[in-house]
Amino acid sequence: MPAPIVRELIESTLDALRALGAYALFAVRLAAETPRALLRFGLVVEQVHNAGALSLVIIMLSGLFVGMVLGLQGFDLLQRFGSEESLGTAAALGLLKELGPVITALLFAGRAGTALASELGLMRATDQLAAMEMMAVDPVRRVVMPRFLGGVIAMPLLAAIFSMIGIYGAQLVGVQLMGVDAGQFWSQMRDVVEFDDVIEGALKSVVFGVACSLVAVYEGYHSVPTAEGVGRATTRTVVISSVSVLLLDYMLTAVMI
Amino acid sequence: MASRATAVTRPRWNRPRPEGRARRIRDLTAEARREAAVIVRGLHYTVGRRIIFDGVDLDFPRGSVTAVMGPSGSGKTTLLRLITGQLRPGRGLVEVEGKDVAALSRREIYRMRRRMGMLFQNGALLTDLSVYENIAFPLREHTRLPERLLRHVVLTKLQAVGLRGAAWLMPAELSGGMARRVALARAIVMDPDLLIYDEPFVGLDPISMGVVLRLIRRLNDTLGLTSIVVSHDVREITAVADYCHLLSGGRIIASGPPAAVAGSDREDVRQFMHGLPDGPVPFHYPAPEYVEQLRQAH
Repeated sequence: MPAPIVRELIESTLDALRALGAYALFAVRLAAETPRALLRFGLVVEQVHNAGALSLVIIMLSGLFVGMVLGLQGFDLLQRFGSEESLGTAAALGLLKELGPVITALLFAGRAGTALASELGLMRATDQLAAMEMMAVDPVRRVVMPRFLGGVIAMPLLAAIFSMIGIYGAQLVGVQLMGVDAGQFWSQMRDVVEFDDVIEGALKSVVFGVACSLVAVYEGYHSVPTAEGVGRATTRTVVISSVSVLLLDYMLTAVMI
Repeated sequence: MASRATAVTRPRWNRPRPEGRARRIRDLTAEARREAAVIVRGLHYTVGRRIIFDGVDLDFPRGSVTAVMGPSGSGKTTLLRLITGQLRPGRGLVEVEGKDVAALSRREIYRMRRRMGMLFQNGALLTDLSVYENIAFPLREHTRLPERLLRHVVLTKLQAVGLRGAAWLMPAELSGGMARRVALARAIVMDPDLLIYDEPFVGLDPISMGVVLRLIRRLNDTLGLTSIVVSHDVREITAVADYCHLLSGGRIIASGPPAAVAGSDREDVRQFMHGLPDGPVPFHYPAPEYVEQLRQAH
């Protein structure tokens, strides 16, 4: 293999390791700041509203349509085995354990994550973060932490709403449209779905919340203070968050299954 | 020897101990410290291979307005960042109110900054807060003032810059001049001892410029501040400054009262002060011979 390619490979690997190290250090700093940030809970609540409440419409709409598709596909598949009445169980397990947390996280990265990254990037570009430093106010403590915690708290709530609306969507198609018995739909779901399944989904959504929020605040806070830099930070937020969510999903599923 | 820019977050144990600092601190007399709020001695600072400061000595007299002027890229803003502890010098001493800035921990730097106000080039107002909340911001972060007293302080500062009526506007609704004045009100809200202006006249119309100029002088005199103004608007700043320092090529090429600097015989000083297009600072960026390069294109 020619030397320049090897050199480039080594440099790329080192760059990736450096970036990973920087992420880890930033995560450690955020973890250390968390107790203090929770004391100013008003700021966190404000960000839960920004990241959560403002994403609600897109989450609910997506949840409804995903649930409806699940209802259609599930009915089609289960009908072949003559077990349409298991539709409720299949939809609930699929949504609670997998689709709810994952799709919510991907939507969160696209909607709230990009908003966070571009907001922080613009604050950097317009010297607002530097002005805070000059006012002896730590921007990580005052600006980054509430946004990070807001994202972490909002994600499981959004995932829960997504799954709930999704199950309703599946019921809408399965029961109202395809004629699955409503009693069977709900009772099978109640019998088979266990509390551990709900916990598995909740745990996943918390981990995804930490990952997506960390990526968004890191990329925004460290963006190059130009229009191009902010744009790049926003794009990187979506790409890194999405890949991380899918990777973490596999790892968590492998551990918890 | 080339020195390296050192980030403010570098751990204390890992910071370079520039040679000669101890001697320079010893050499500063009590009188110099009494008369100057900010003292710079033997300052060297480089970025990569580019020398920004090559042995700069400066004093910023207490209670006066001191202008730091110089061509673009001469290191004016870098000097401010060194004074405020955002950067650390490669070698030399930067002392603010008797404290060696390079030796301060992050917490001590924050404590020092509470006694400083800074006006950024574009105002740097927090865009999601109203004018009122922008000015209240440092008070809310650092004090536990009751809301009534806080309102009193904020309105007093807004009155000082003539924008009490704009208290509930958002930054996006302000003109450039108004934003600069709001930022000035925010910079003085903690009653600082030292007020720093980074290019305060950039992009202002003549009326707004006149207002900001008058405010710089008036605030300095009425509040008993020490003001440092970085600018290359020679005519405007020399009208209000007590002292001028002229930076060029990494060194101070002229210092003193504005009239004395304007009357300097040095060619480079004359070129800058009178805005001559060619001189020691050449009009042309270094390039190959003109005709030769045109021929090569064919």
